[in-house]
Amino acid sequence: MNTATHRPRLSLGPITYLWPREQVLDFYAEMLETPVDIVYVGETICSKRRQMRPEDYWEIAERVVAAGKEAVISTLALIESDGELKTLKRICADERFMIEANDLAALDFLEGRAFVTGHSINLYNHRTLAFLAKQGLKRWVLPVELGRDTATELLKSRPEGVECELFAYGRLPLAYSARCFTAYNRNLGKDDCQFCCGDYPDGLVVTTQDGNAFLDLNGIQTQSASTHNLLPALAEVADMGVDVLRISPQSEHTADVVRVFADCLTGDLDASAGTAKLRGWAPSDLCDGYWTGDSGYKASMSA
Amino acid sequence: MELVCPAGNLPMLKAAVDNGANAVYIGFRDDTNARHFAGLNFNDKQIAQGVQYARDRGVKVFVAINTYAQPNGWERWTAAVDRAAGFGVDAIILADMGVLDYAAERHPKVNLHLSVQGSATNPAAIGFMQRHFGIKRVVVPRVLSLAQVAHLIEQTSVPVEIFGFGSLCVMVEGRCLLSSYASGQSPNTFGACSPAAHVEWRDTPEGQETRLGGVLLERRSHSEAAGYPTICKGRYDVDGELRHAIEEPTSLNTLDVLPQILEAGVSAIKIEGRQRSTRYVSQVAKVWREAIDMCKRNPQAFRPKESWHQILAQVSEGAQTTIGPYERTWH
Repeated sequence: MNTATHRPRLSLGPITYLWPREQVLDFYAEMLETPVDIVYVGETICSKRRQMRPEDYWEIAERVVAAGKEAVISTLALIESDGELKTLKRICADERFMIEANDLAALDFLEGRAFVTGHSINLYNHRTLAFLAKQGLKRWVLPVELGRDTATELLKSRPEGVECELFAYGRLPLAYSARCFTAYNRNLGKDDCQFCCGDYPDGLVVTTQDGNAFLDLNGIQTQSASTHNLLPALAEVADMGVDVLRISPQSEHTADVVRVFADCLTGDLDASAGTAKLRGWAPSDLCDGYWTGDSGYKASMSA
Repeated sequence: MELVCPAGNLPMLKAAVDNGANAVYIGFRDDTNARHFAGLNFNDKQIAQGVQYARDRGVKVFVAINTYAQPNGWERWTAAVDRAAGFGVDAIILADMGVLDYAAERHPKVNLHLSVQGSATNPAAIGFMQRHFGIKRVVVPRVLSLAQVAHLIEQTSVPVEIFGFGSLCVMVEGRCLLSSYASGQSPNTFGACSPAAHVEWRDTPEGQETRLGGVLLERRSHSEAAGYPTICKGRYDVDGELRHAIEEPTSLNTLDVLPQILEAGVSAIKIEGRQRSTRYVSQVAKVWREAIDMCKRNPQAFRPKESWHQILAQVSEGAQTTIGPYERTWH
């Protein structure tokens, strides 16, 4: 692509799965060597996962900053209990790093200071954008079911100094529940989950009766089995003025994916050659329907 | 505790009022509400008649404008808020922060309720909405156990409404995109989950298939009963086993835990089902009116009557009912 145009930066979303502590630390050590610009760290799915504490994520964030990158602390997407609320409050009270709000509760704690809203905060229109900007919003991740038409309109009316980030690559975050679906499918209750989500480093795939990988269960979260890919729209999103493109971690090839996006952004690789590489690394099919206003699972650009 | 009943049209509204509802909730005929179904909902004349009918009998009317506005349709949402306010309804049920901001500024005297689609599940989230938009009630998503509902009520000054009966959303409402993933339309963007225009029923030699947006949700033998197809109640292959990977085709019924709901300090109990029939709302309102009154008189001695369960079973979707997330073991 033309390097003279506005060039979006790359971010790495939080790890959504339960990985062993060592794997998490190795993963971030590897990521610091990649051309990613912003790294979001923190537990966003389940408060029972405690192999990594807020202190551990702060330590990683410091290493991210030391490597010349921006660190953002991500927070839990669904807050139900006192314990979860208390941890969230503690994370939000730390002012060293920018924080990504993923539940409305975080907005309550972050009011008056700079913050990011994640894709699970429902920012669907300019009035919500203006309202949150008054509270301190500095960047928002577009809800993943919204496509180019709404993104274009929101970018036209965005308040000064507020950045737009798109979920550009990864299994789509589709839903959250009180129920832990990984435990449910192992015939375990949530209170006795035995951390079975740890057995699925990229989630537990749900296949339709005619054999298509459809959903991916990750604890209380449901993701798409297909990997959403906006690489084919790279020139378009840069022209629109999108500031940041997010890559969501998988257990394998995340660094490769970052490099493909980076090479396409600098013009060293074209998007169709890049997408061919991504197809080889994605755990199932690629999809992009949401971007064009279609069903999320469909792939027109990545086809 | 208020009994809040659904009305998809004027005959349903009258039936709800006549059978013991304290409030009815309705919507306009477009995508500004989460039951945007063909032939359903109210035009202006019907709303005026409905408000009059309910008011004459001491029953409140709430208007749900509980989907998420996008820039290209924004005026539909503001116009809906203005219309609802103009009818002098008792509350407007909203989810979108932008629409809440508009309504709170333009109509400061109108009661605003935070819809279940607003996804507020804790006192901090509710406090944020109260501080900025002055919400007078919150409808909480179906993710909390009864103990958590009781605890939440202790920690917030906003009255809490919960769902008591009807279709069961398994996901946090307002943050479920399963429907648009398969069909391109979701409750947030279109006002319907599993929109009928994208649903296919097909008889095949292997059984009856239901699809949404081309995705196979269920294939069952011809003798098995079929509910309305949604992704979360479909049957799939998980690790080589055919199962309901998310939830069985059940619906919610909390009649058995009514004394605990009352004890928790719940302000209002909501019946789902604006898309259902006049018969449905008549039967359900009648049973719940009687149950609430009996429970209030003597909660310790309260036992649901067998006849109530029989009546509710006749109008329930699917064969099974559940207390759902209100019971911790469901989680």
